[in-house]
Amino acid sequence: MSVLIYAENSKGKLKKSSFEAASYAYSVASMLNTDAYAISIGEVSNEELEKLAKYGIKKILTVNTAQMHNFVNQAYASVIAEAAKSLSSNVVVLSATFSGKALAPRLAVKLQAAYVDGAISLPTNDGAFTVRKGAFSGKAFADVSMSAVNKIIAINPNSFPIAENSQPAVVEAFAPTVKDTDFRTIVKEIIQAADKVSLPEAEIVVSAGRGLKGPENWGMIEELADLLGAATACSKPVSDAHWRPHSEHVGQTGIAVSPNLYIAIGISGAIQHLAGVSSSKVIVVINKDPEAPFFKAADYGIVGDAFDVVPKLIEAVKEFKATHA
Amino acid sequence: MKVLVCISNVPDTTTKINFNDDKTSFNTTGVQFIINPYDEIALTRALELTEAQGGTVTVINIGDPSTDATIRKALAIGATDAVRINAIPRDAYFVATQIAGYAKDQGFDLILTGRESIDYNGAQVASLLGEMMDLPSISIVKSLQIEGGTATLEREIEGGKEVISCPLPLIASASEGMAEPRIPNMRGIMSARTKPLTVVEPVEVPNLQNIIKFEKPEGRGQVKLVSADEVNKLVDLLHSEAKTI
Ligand SMILES: Cc1cc2nc3c(=O)[nH]c(=O)nc-3n(C[C@H](O)[C@H](O)[C@H](O)COP(=O)(O)OP(=O)(O)OC[C@H]3O[C@@H](n4cnc5c(N)ncnc54)[C@H](O)[C@@H]3O)c2cc1C
Ligand SMILES: Cc1cc2nc3c(=O)[nH]c(=O)nc-3n(C[C@H](O)[C@H](O)[C@H](O)COP(=O)(O)OP(=O)(O)OC[C@H]3O[C@@H](n4cnc5c(N)ncnc54)[C@H](O)[C@@H]3O)c2cc1C
Repeated sequence: MSVLIYAENSKGKLKKSSFEAASYAYSVASMLNTDAYAISIGEVSNEELEKLAKYGIKKILTVNTAQMHNFVNQAYASVIAEAAKSLSSNVVVLSATFSGKALAPRLAVKLQAAYVDGAISLPTNDGAFTVRKGAFSGKAFADVSMSAVNKIIAINPNSFPIAENSQPAVVEAFAPTVKDTDFRTIVKEIIQAADKVSLPEAEIVVSAGRGLKGPENWGMIEELADLLGAATACSKPVSDAHWRPHSEHVGQTGIAVSPNLYIAIGISGAIQHLAGVSSSKVIVVINKDPEAPFFKAADYGIVGDAFDVVPKLIEAVKEFKATHA
Repeated sequence: MKVLVCISNVPDTTTKINFNDDKTSFNTTGVQFIINPYDEIALTRALELTEAQGGTVTVINIGDPSTDATIRKALAIGATDAVRINAIPRDAYFVATQIAGYAKDQGFDLILTGRESIDYNGAQVASLLGEMMDLPSISIVKSLQIEGGTATLEREIEGGKEVISCPLPLIASASEGMAEPRIPNMRGIMSARTKPLTVVEPVEVPNLQNIIKFEKPEGRGQVKLVSADEVNKLVDLLHSEAKTI
């Protein structure tokens, strides 16, 4: 028995969410009196992988062949399944990123495993192995008892603190057997904004709605986001009108986010919008209408015109950063 | 081209969520059910593709007879025919096993699902199906083009997108951008009544997990308002009280 994490990387660097998964896996392994291991797939240096030792991972398998450099969910699931079998891991932990969610169900079929996606708690230590996840698009929680022998948990980004548990670790090359049919999908091109903070994993999100009047007014939103190291987001009508790309649309029918801080500017707070953002730890609302429903779901609020308040907020943040550098 | 679109029957997005007293089941009293919004996008794209290239669109739902209204709506939007597997959809693994069981010898070129259901938010059915049917599966697809037996898809990734090429048959989960959902017209609604809806009995599926309890999140306390003339106060609160910056 052991716990295995899939350590995801982005352009050769381990993602922050991989360290969250490692910290989570260490806790689960401690609970089960066993060890936590990792599997990495793609072009990642051993030196980079050794960073996982700091978070309690004892052994790291790496698959760094050219064939594996691009993400193909079917092939990655095959590799992780084989690693889990060779390490006798019956718990697999990964992060509920776009790639994680695309491969984990395939892994669940291969391992005949129970699978909880978007977990926000550690499993209970009562034999039932119960894990909490969000349901009904943020309007409720569901506690899922994972009764199958094998278990796969995809944890929500930003839901678990990274915890240090340093110990020595070994990195070993792993040579899985993959089938040609694992590679039917071919990645032709990856189009990724270089310096943008990824929305699902962002710790701070600055979001704006129809109150901003038009796409030409997003300069101040981007400036505020840059200052805070935040990702930008928007309400559905904003992306429907093509003021912003669909990938920024948050809510029940968009991306669900759970950052530490969500700043909503000129967004009314419709139930479908709240569904995707209500698990944010702290919510700030800026709206000129004191009756806007969003104020009822907020921790802090400013009643005022965005075109007056946001520039002031930018100045205030600059001042704050100058004094707290 | 033969397309299968998986349709989930979900509570309307404005629904106030309540649970029965035992806290293990969703209280459906007074709840309006709709086609999962992403499934509507998938269905529309399937119709666009078959209208341009020829073919049929079958919709499938795992549900009890109460979901027939939702299935008829999919037929009214334009699907050719429908299949309902007569069972309460216990979980995603159960749902995918039923769909795979039905689809395995039907020769579908393309199977579409939504990116996730808006009730249980599993985002699993497409990948589960892919593995069960040994077919490629591409999740969260924003654009789907098909030409001569090969699909070109755009998959959403953190901060961007990936362009993927894949031979048919394949499974994809639809996200916003793939199509603008269609609204049924009067002719569609009339013709939906007579389109075939086949009811199939379910296959057995092992039980791997159970939801043992639902709970609603605690509401936030009273909002703290800061005057628009003292914006720096907000920054101070976010730093010293909320500890988020
Ligand atoms: C099936 C379905 C699914 C949906 N899914 C989603 C979803 O996932 N995400 C989503 O966001 N929406 C979703 N919606 C839409 C949702 O119902 C609302 O229509 C939408 O969230 C409203 O967007 P908004 O707040 O930007 O615009 P509005 O509701 O128009 O609100 C604009 C706000 O800006 C304020 N304002 C105006 N001018 C200023 C100013 N100068 N300064 C400050 N404030 C100002 C106004 O007081 C108002 O509160 C969905 C709807 C349906 C039917
Ligand atoms: C009375 C009742 C009780 C339920 N109890 C539970 C429960 O305890 N635990 C639980 O996990 N689920 C339960 N469900 C099932 C739930 O409604 C989902 O159908 C199922 O869990 C799959 O949801 P998902 O979010 O994992 O799917 P996702 O993987 O998010 O769904 C993605 C896509 O798969 C397709 N799909 C999903 N469901 C169906 C379906 N039923 N028929 C056809 N295509 C579908 C759609 O295209 C959808 O967009 C219950 C349903 C009912 C009606």
